[in-house]
Amino acid sequence: MINQSNKVINNSLNKLVNKTYQYGFSTNIEKDIIEKGLNEETIKLISSKKKEPQFLLKFRLKAYSKWKTMREPEWANLKFPAIDYQSIVYYSAPKSQKKLKDLSEVDSELLNTFEKLGISLNEQKRLANVAIDIVFDSVSIGTTFQQELSEYGIIFASISEAIQEYPQMIEKYIGSVVPIGDNYFSALNSAVFTDGSFCYIPENVKCPIDLSTYFRINDQTSGQFERTLIIADKNSQVNYLEGCTAPQYDTNQLHAAIVELIALENAVINYSTVQNWYAGNQYGKGGIYNFVTKRGLCIGINSKISWTQVETGSAITWKYPSCLLIGANAQGEFYSVALTKNFQQADTGTKMLHIGKFTKSRIISKGISAGNSKNSYRGLVQMTDKALNARNYSQCDSLLIGNCSNANTFPIISVQNSTTRIEHEASTSKIGEEQIFYFLQRGIILEKAIELMISGFCREVFKKLPLEFAAEADKLLSLKLEGTVG
Amino acid sequence: MSSKNLLLEIKNLKVSIEENIILDELNLKVQKGEIHAIMGPNGSGKSTFSKVVAGHPAYSIISGDILLKGDSIIDLSAEERSHLGIFLAFQYPIEIPGVSNEDFLRLSYNAKQKFFNQPEVDPIEFLNIVFKKMELVKMPPQFLNRNVNEGFSGGEKKRNEILQMILLDSDICILDETDSGLDIDALKIISNGINNFMSKDKAIILITHYQRLLDYINPNYVHVMQNGKIIKTGSFELAKELEEKGYQWLTT
Repeated sequence: MINQSNKVINNSLNKLVNKTYQYGFSTNIEKDIIEKGLNEETIKLISSKKKEPQFLLKFRLKAYSKWKTMREPEWANLKFPAIDYQSIVYYSAPKSQKKLKDLSEVDSELLNTFEKLGISLNEQKRLANVAIDIVFDSVSIGTTFQQELSEYGIIFASISEAIQEYPQMIEKYIGSVVPIGDNYFSALNSAVFTDGSFCYIPENVKCPIDLSTYFRINDQTSGQFERTLIIADKNSQVNYLEGCTAPQYDTNQLHAAIVELIALENAVINYSTVQNWYAGNQYGKGGIYNFVTKRGLCIGINSKISWTQVETGSAITWKYPSCLLIGANAQGEFYSVALTKNFQQADTGTKMLHIGKFTKSRIISKGISAGNSKNSYRGLVQMTDKALNARNYSQCDSLLIGNCSNANTFPIISVQNSTTRIEHEASTSKIGEEQIFYFLQRGIILEKAIELMISGFCREVFKKLPLEFAAEADKLLSLKLEGTVG
Repeated sequence: MSSKNLLLEIKNLKVSIEENIILDELNLKVQKGEIHAIMGPNGSGKSTFSKVVAGHPAYSIISGDILLKGDSIIDLSAEERSHLGIFLAFQYPIEIPGVSNEDFLRLSYNAKQKFFNQPEVDPIEFLNIVFKKMELVKMPPQFLNRNVNEGFSGGEKKRNEILQMILLDSDICILDETDSGLDIDALKIISNGINNFMSKDKAIILITHYQRLLDYINPNYVHVMQNGKIIKTGSFELAKELEEKGYQWLTT
């Protein structure tokens, strides 16, 4: 009885899940490409194309030689064929890269692409409360609201622009949170990163609008290696949002990013991501390999960094946004919803390293697995001997849909002093046929039933997202799951 | 009685799941204004019967028919059957974490409104409607903020089922062991709720193991089900006899 009805449920579940990816189109545009393959010449060429200062070329070459000595990590609960790093294009940019006076000069084909993605670069139609930097394959093609922000002393620019305009700041902070040799993918990114966003909030400034970066991978063979650096000076505050999409190809593309956040005394950084890279088709073909290192440094006393992520895309997600809590009373937060379906695999979580006294961290992780997917939470909470009276609360909930999906949690707690307090809660539940039948019997259709259960499950995380994002995330999840349950 | 009073008719119903026959040539007629009790040993097919009528997707109907007010419903989905007036109070109401009772009840109510092209009610209007129904089963207002059946006691779960039945105002209600796990006070509240709800236009099928419930709700007919068919039909007296003798004597 169980098997047969599960079959019914699974069939309709699959229907729901296999909704086509609406961002899967690609843009035909003339490109400036560096031949695929990776060697010192590639790196020198990237650096010279971007007219970079000497220190950065050195940084890149050091990273490259480090990377060559390293091996791809194998500890994650992920299975995928070996990546051929020599068949990847490391630099791909839309041609006609002359300096643009304003965004109306952006190539019309590109403007159309972003209109289709629901992002308007048109200054009249732009989102009212969000400044946005847009990264297309390897380069940033525009940043909105720069002028207005500069009146507050806020710098918001693509990282390439910042390298030209504020080289000292870049030299001081780049690699200071995620060292070159931190891991295999951070070394790779440090060698070949092409663009991303840079943001500096000066002392005592509360950023008046949300800042945002939108990443788009367009090219079939190119990887995207972006780098984001955010510095919040004393008593400042900023909300940062990140969105991502990619066209639908049968081949896998590599995305290996680094995000570094630095919060000085009393500063607050809220960093939110809605990740919706192409996830591959229903048989697991194609999709983005997403290997990301995100880390925040709470160096000042009373500083706070909060990561919120909604991970719904990518064939593979390998991502652990972390906090180094150094300043006394510093706070780190991690709120995550990871949804996997079909043959997607996600290994995601966080690290909270407590070094300062009275530091606090909070981890809320919600994993949803449908189809044949694999969803793992991996977390580390470490209380060093100096982290007196530090506290952590963690909650990891998994929700299974159908009976072929897989959920795991790998929490590690390491405590080196006896004054700390750590709480960990975990649960696993399942949207089963009996729950669905309960809704149906009361006249509520399947799609609505799933939507209600999912949004209830994710509520704690969604309420952390900025308003526009929260609505989008809610919609995104129900769209993604449309057709998954029966 | 005339056929216009016939609410539910089960005709030679044969149902299987994974090639096991679980309802076999089942026949039953339920008229408006009637209360039927179905009793029978564990595993005789009582709960299956209730789910098949409600349209659970796991079961395949091999032959026979289910008619609601004269029309066959076997090709209709579970939610359509619900709108058309079939209600099933579950034996084990399932917990639905993260979904509040208030949202659940309102959606359910509005789904039916929509089906009949009636205006849907907004959350505030809905509170006025649901509070009145909640009084009937002595549910405190805080109940609306809790998640559906989550952390409910056995009695609360069963009361919630009756509340939903009253709210949806269904024509034919199948109550699957609604009395099990209830203390005397809860049994009285629930029986009162059911008796007040019952009218000359509705019908109720009670699935139960105990005569106790039938002391509060008097059935017109008592059926005994065994091996997926009704083997004996009688009056309230039959329930008493079963309570004394068990089921063995019926088959030997």
